[in-house]
Amino acid sequence: MKVPKHAGEGPRVRPAEAADLDQVIAIDAEVTGEKKTDYWYELFHRYGSGRSRQRLFLVAESGGEIQGFIIGEVRDWEFGSPPCGWVFGISVRPGARLGGVATRLLEAICAGFRHAGVDQVRTLIARDNSLVLSFFRSQGMMAAPFIPLEKDLK
Amino acid sequence: MKLQISTSLALYSTLEFAANAGQPISAADIAAKYHVSTHHLAKVLRELVRAGILESTRGVGGGYRFGGNAQRLTLMDVIELFEDIGDRAGRNRQPGVSTDVGGALAVVLAEIDEIAKATFRSITVGTMLKLIERQGLHDKAPTPLRKARRG
Repeated sequence: MKVPKHAGEGPRVRPAEAADLDQVIAIDAEVTGEKKTDYWYELFHRYGSGRSRQRLFLVAESGGEIQGFIIGEVRDWEFGSPPCGWVFGISVRPGARLGGVATRLLEAICAGFRHAGVDQVRTLIARDNSLVLSFFRSQGMMAAPFIPLEKDLK
Repeated sequence: MKLQISTSLALYSTLEFAANAGQPISAADIAAKYHVSTHHLAKVLRELVRAGILESTRGVGGGYRFGGNAQRLTLMDVIELFEDIGDRAGRNRQPGVSTDVGGALAVVLAEIDEIAKATFRSITVGTMLKLIERQGLHDKAPTPLRKARRG
């Protein structure tokens, strides 16, 4: 029987450090098929190393490897909404899935949001991304009272 | 949005069986809870058996039991067995669909269908069971499954 890589012992979740970036970039590239080195360094500059209570960039580590990451922030009064936490990035190394890594990451960022004084968390996911959509649904997230809109500017 | 009666029955049944995975429940118990004819429900259950979502069991205490993977099976997987949400062919038969107004309305309806389909695809049976638990629905309306558990 195949045992999930992290069964029994969850990964340690902590703020991302500069030394983690290569692995974060590699995970993102493996999942999305696109390597975005500049983007991740810029993001780390704004969100990394626990610089702000309102901005969180966390990684899950086990066995000396980064298994996944999550990024989010508290946004105040955007879209007419009282302050709430937004998760705008989450990814888990494909080989480490089904071991509760994403669940641990989401729990950790939600704890951070609570610590920052908000009691609601939101995210936005592509309609055809069933994998991630199903994950957030399984964590109890429901449709928010907002509808995303877009217009082609070409 | 409104689902056809057979689709709703399929969803109710799937969730009832999944909530008590492993234990057989009779079609009559489900029919009694949802106030539908056993005959109508039996047709729905046979389709669920054909799809591998349920298994039929014979003998004393026989009936049906859940045969799927609650963490993988989505609401859409069940719905698709019984109806086609956003059936374009059916919509094209509606009067006025070839007019400018009808065409514009079809765009809006298709948008709604896409959102509905994405929602159904994202919710697994396992997630629904957690939702039911959170809402305490089982406490408000005891199910045949509870009787089976206590049985």
